[in-house]
Amino acid sequence: MKRLPSFSTVMLALGLGFLYLPMAVLVAYSFNASSLVTVWAGFSTKWYGELLRDEQILAAVWTSLEIAFFAASMAVCLGTVAALVMTRYGRFRGKTALASMVTAPLVMPEVITGLSLLLLFVQMAALTGWPADRGMMTIWIAHTTFCSAYVAVVVGARLREVDRSIEEAAMDLGSPPARTFFAITLPLISPALAAGWLLAFTLSLDDLVIASFVSGPGANTLPMVVFSSVRLGVSPKINALATLIILAVSLATLVAWYLMRRGEKKRRAALRAQTGD
Amino acid sequence: MSFRFRPFSWSLWLKRLQLGRCAVIAVPLLWLSLFFLLPFALVLKISLSEAAISVPPYAPLVEYAEGTLQILVNVGNYLFLLSDSLYAAAYWGSIKIAFIATLVCLLIGYPMAYAMARAAPRWQLVLLLLVMLPSWTSFLIRVYAWMGILSNSGLLNQLLLGLGLVDAPLRMLNTRFAVIVGIVYAYLPFMVLPLYAHLTRMDMTLLEAASDLGSRRINTFVKVALPLSAGGIVAGCMLVFIPAVGEFVIPELLGGPDTLMIGKILWDEFFLNRDWPVAAALAMIMLGLLLIPIVLFHRYQSRELET
Repeated sequence: MKRLPSFSTVMLALGLGFLYLPMAVLVAYSFNASSLVTVWAGFSTKWYGELLRDEQILAAVWTSLEIAFFAASMAVCLGTVAALVMTRYGRFRGKTALASMVTAPLVMPEVITGLSLLLLFVQMAALTGWPADRGMMTIWIAHTTFCSAYVAVVVGARLREVDRSIEEAAMDLGSPPARTFFAITLPLISPALAAGWLLAFTLSLDDLVIASFVSGPGANTLPMVVFSSVRLGVSPKINALATLIILAVSLATLVAWYLMRRGEKKRRAALRAQTGD
Repeated sequence: MSFRFRPFSWSLWLKRLQLGRCAVIAVPLLWLSLFFLLPFALVLKISLSEAAISVPPYAPLVEYAEGTLQILVNVGNYLFLLSDSLYAAAYWGSIKIAFIATLVCLLIGYPMAYAMARAAPRWQLVLLLLVMLPSWTSFLIRVYAWMGILSNSGLLNQLLLGLGLVDAPLRMLNTRFAVIVGIVYAYLPFMVLPLYAHLTRMDMTLLEAASDLGSRRINTFVKVALPLSAGGIVAGCMLVFIPAVGEFVIPELLGGPDTLMIGKILWDEFFLNRDWPVAAALAMIMLGLLLIPIVLFHRYQSRELET
């Protein structure tokens, strides 16, 4: 007798369908020849051509990539230090404050974060003359701040997992803390650093609300340009852009999955070799 | 061979160590204090000042006039927000919509996470990546996708008309229904992730023991699985509820005149009316309302970090 699939399995299939169907619709309509999104008028790739000729969108893509690259890199440095301090430094004054400032950005509504940072930049400019005008620099600071919280969570989880006896052995043999960190801890947590960087990169690329608050004239990120177009209604050019984003993320995920699986196989083989002898 | 005892270099070395330790602690603490904590104090300050036609558009709180230092605290913004029922309605509407959306997310997300945690190990990573992948694309574009699906001439209405279920297109876009669908769709991965993390750590033999002892499936679920995954439920619900209350993009794109949400009101006060003090007061009240959920989330997260 064949068993019926359980309720939770059915829900998982339905849930995944719910997550992917709207994206499939976007992809399908990006190849629609008609500019009316609801009427199918044959297959065409003309919207991709129009997308690649749209100077405003292309410029925004570069702005966003640049900000995301630098924000993710800085967030990895800052978040890793925060995670290290939280997991390896025992008790110290200000630990509770640091712990709250690492978890609160994960849930803080974006309008509050955006408004508060803008008010900070405005008053800093009034008091010290810096930042003189808002733009990529202020967006970079804002993104670094909220992304470093996510990095701290990802890296902190890994720091708690790794075997501390190796670090302790190095310290016992006289290695100073800084050297121990760079020679022992850093290689052990490098997968988490990569994961944290990628997460920060996608978060920065995706942010509309905070960037809108802290940006000034001249610095338009991709979400800001997409938002001003989408507000006016559905546009096939945005469907084409969505398809390209979905494609890029899917490919990156596929590569990540392949690497993780290979790492897991290697680990298992090593474990077998060890126990087999 | 000579042996020299050097007590001074020892204490110097220790001192340097402490100094290095302090410097490492100071880096994240200072950055986050400056760019995360201090801004909230400034929001509070601006919320107590008066709007003015100047750059920036508010009156200074501390003034030096007639030889004395004057502090002009103005609670007028808060009184204004209390007197206009629009704002109270917006707060209530946001909480109601966020609550319903969180509940729907939990009802869909829990069985999903449960099925993932019980799947064969080699499938778990694939399923996890499949659930998370949408959240790595673009939030804005995923919300936008629903505009095309829910509009009067959209895909869902065409389907309903084609099947003969309705005679005229249903108005779905720009309703509360659309906003809730949008929030559930956008935030579902954030509900599934902590639930899955909790359920994989759960000892499945406990469930088997319960059923071996004759417990029915519903009973086992309510009495064993549910309490063991309570932490994951709290984390998932807070990860959805708190940002959803302040959501701007979803009510802006999918909502309509009858879906007042506070994030959108704050945005309009700031960008359209350029009334920064009122926007700041709105943010402070929102923060006050969300304080308990944020503390709940923080307590869960710090417990998680300790284990």
